[in-house]
Amino acid sequence: MDLTRLEINRRTALLTSAAIAANVINPMRAFAQETPRKGGVFNVHYAAEQRQLNPSIQASTGVYIIGGKIQENLVDLDANGQPVGVLAESWEGTPDGKTVTFKLRQGVTWHDGKPFTSADVEFTAMNMWKKILNYGSTLQLFLTAVETPDAHTAIFKYERPMPLNLLLRALPDLGYVSAKHLYESGDIRQNPTNLAPVGTGPFKFVKYERGQYIIADRNENYWRPNAPYLDRIVWKVITDRAAASAQMEAGELHYAPFSSLTLSDLARLGKDKRFIVSTKGNEGNARTNTLEFNFRRKELSDIRVRRAIAHAINVPFFIENFLGDFAKLGTGPIPSTSTDFYPGANTPQYAYDKAKAIALLNEAGFKPGTGGTRFSLRLLPAPWGEDISLWSTFIQQSLGEIGIPVDIVRNDGGGFLKQVYDEHAFDIATGWHQYRNDPAVSTTVWYRSGQPKGAPWTNQWGWQDTNVDKTIDDAATEVDPAKRKALYAQFVKEVNTELPVWMPIEQIFLTTITAKARNHSNTPRWGSASWHDLWLSA
Amino acid sequence: MRILSLAGRRLAASIPTLVLILIGVFLLLQFAPGDTVDAMMAQMGGGDAATAKELRKFYGLDLSIPAQLGNYLWRLVRLDLGFSSIYGKPVASVIIERLPPTILLMTASLSFAFFFGLLFGVIAARGVNRWPDTLISTLGLIFYATPSFWFGLMAIVVFSVYLQWLPPGGFEDIGTVRTGIWRMLDIASHLVLPTLTLGLIFLAIYLRIMRASMLEVLNLDYVRTARAKGLDETRVVTRHVLRNALLPMVTLIGLQAGTMLGGSVVVESVFSLPGLGRLAYESVVQRDLNTLLGIVFVSALLVISVNFVVDLIYARLDPRITAEG
Repeated sequence: MDLTRLEINRRTALLTSAAIAANVINPMRAFAQETPRKGGVFNVHYAAEQRQLNPSIQASTGVYIIGGKIQENLVDLDANGQPVGVLAESWEGTPDGKTVTFKLRQGVTWHDGKPFTSADVEFTAMNMWKKILNYGSTLQLFLTAVETPDAHTAIFKYERPMPLNLLLRALPDLGYVSAKHLYESGDIRQNPTNLAPVGTGPFKFVKYERGQYIIADRNENYWRPNAPYLDRIVWKVITDRAAASAQMEAGELHYAPFSSLTLSDLARLGKDKRFIVSTKGNEGNARTNTLEFNFRRKELSDIRVRRAIAHAINVPFFIENFLGDFAKLGTGPIPSTSTDFYPGANTPQYAYDKAKAIALLNEAGFKPGTGGTRFSLRLLPAPWGEDISLWSTFIQQSLGEIGIPVDIVRNDGGGFLKQVYDEHAFDIATGWHQYRNDPAVSTTVWYRSGQPKGAPWTNQWGWQDTNVDKTIDDAATEVDPAKRKALYAQFVKEVNTELPVWMPIEQIFLTTITAKARNHSNTPRWGSASWHDLWLSA
Repeated sequence: MRILSLAGRRLAASIPTLVLILIGVFLLLQFAPGDTVDAMMAQMGGGDAATAKELRKFYGLDLSIPAQLGNYLWRLVRLDLGFSSIYGKPVASVIIERLPPTILLMTASLSFAFFFGLLFGVIAARGVNRWPDTLISTLGLIFYATPSFWFGLMAIVVFSVYLQWLPPGGFEDIGTVRTGIWRMLDIASHLVLPTLTLGLIFLAIYLRIMRASMLEVLNLDYVRTARAKGLDETRVVTRHVLRNALLPMVTLIGLQAGTMLGGSVVVESVFSLPGLGRLAYESVVQRDLNTLLGIVFVSALLVISVNFVVDLIYARLDPRITAEG
């Protein structure tokens, strides 16, 4: 390995650790004496423009960061990660799990003045969540109807049992409501409202200049009393990460969400008193780094080879030297931030053991040939972040040491998805698995067989296990929370044994925010939240 | 009339080139793995296969490649650039929105580079191998060798973060609404740093060309004659040498007008300007074929017209070259 490079990275990592440690205290400072101040403009870094802004039809942080202030969800998560009502005031599920009743908030109006009613919920659920919304269409697959006995009651009817806990943990992301009167005619995807969203939220859409900025102003008729505090939010489109850091320093930006700055700038700004750099407020957006195996390669379909590869990679060393405090050792597909489902580390794990890796490969019959080569692999890294690029190089070097030369093939986003999840033109691939508060939302699809070809972030490995399939299906319809948790623990145990995908690193996004902000980062998905209580001190 | 017929002939000759360029870019993008729906899925963070299929049908991606190409060319014949899949509106309007910042930035930085390149080129040539020449040539080389993103970032750090004289990015101030002259001044202040960043690189090239061409012309016989007539050196340079030395500069501007449209991705990204370079880059990443082809089309038209103007300027500068040529 190249030592000079490691030294530099090690130094950066250590500086970073110090910076983070210094700042962990910052958000906890008591602001009790300060009275909230009305007014002010909050400038947000918007790194990648999306094709539209309506969170009812697209579940991604790039949409929530804007649409989540303008439109609202039925339910959100509170400071402790528990569901709390937003447009829904209360909810109740029947014991058979097939009916969930939401009582909706009264006296709420859309930004255009029309009242918000159960008809909006019914329309959004049946036409957007069930048909268009990514992950929503899977979640609501067995939703048959939404009954609206009165204007403030919405009764969700399911063909198969829907665990109430799953629904309540999925709805913060997958439960944004759109106005029926604006969407009922024409193609929903092409509706101009998608680029000029109308909602019930604390901020009203004002203007979108593509490639430049988006503006939203305070909603004077917002249903929460005395909210919001800010006059205006401006999202500035800045594609260059280093330029965004410079704008933070020049005071032109107040907030850079979801690790949108470079790792070295995050470390630098973390030491600056004017900013807070922290993982707080992103616990609901946990992700794991993956290593995906293609079972169509004869060598990789052998469990001993997959285990040997896992044993050959020194994950703690990689985290310490390259990612620092931005990451920790992962134990499987359910990250430790998921208090409701985390099964602990007591499942099969693959510690660094080069001798064992070599023994496993020899046992599997892949002896070193000429030049010490056993067989070679094509590795496709996803282009989403700096960490994946570093991780793929680390895999390459680690496997090189046990006689498996790795060829890294880099693509842009579209190319990566096509080659891995549609054409299966990879041997191993690496990217991020996003955990969305409940394993049934976007985690089990990585393992359940029968995923249609071309569906990104699903089981496209050519691997099938009837036991795992059954555990996944049972858990998805189990209404008893304790039994569900046990089923998911069993699921983690099974997939960590078979290892179709290895998820050895856990990461949480980093927030960079001005030290003047108050009431920030106070929920597990704060970047996506409505910011109704956010204010700026003078 | 002569000019019109020349223009007509030029345009007719460039149509086959244009069609070839468009077909070439279309086919090149087919070789890139993934289409605009894959790119969209990448952006959304997931989606199911049924949705993807429906979207492909919506964007006309379920047709065969020759059929897609045929459709595109047929639309182009009717002067329809098609529909942008990332912007959800006609490509023509997407491009028109992005043209003003691009053209402003480009004309500003090219004029800057041309004017100062000319000035410093003349100074360097007149003091050849003495300190002004050495100083100017060294600085020119440094500007040329510096990557534009670094230059841009350093300019932001110095002038926006530390000195706070100029805005660090964007096209205009969003906070306050300005009109008329105040808006113009505001936009101008936002364009100072990007213009300098982009212009300094061009400057080095113009400077070198101007210096070389001045040195060549200064040694010609007619210059000696002019001097022998008793003209003073300034008059010799401005009236006799400059005009002839300018020809290579004009050629260069014609060539660079083409690269300037797409060539400023880096500067546009660093200064968050909504220009065509960034649009082209984004269309490639998002596999938005219509938008990309639209940009290629517009750039090609621009190159053709700039070269036409350059031909006219040639004739003006050197009467031996006629517009007929």
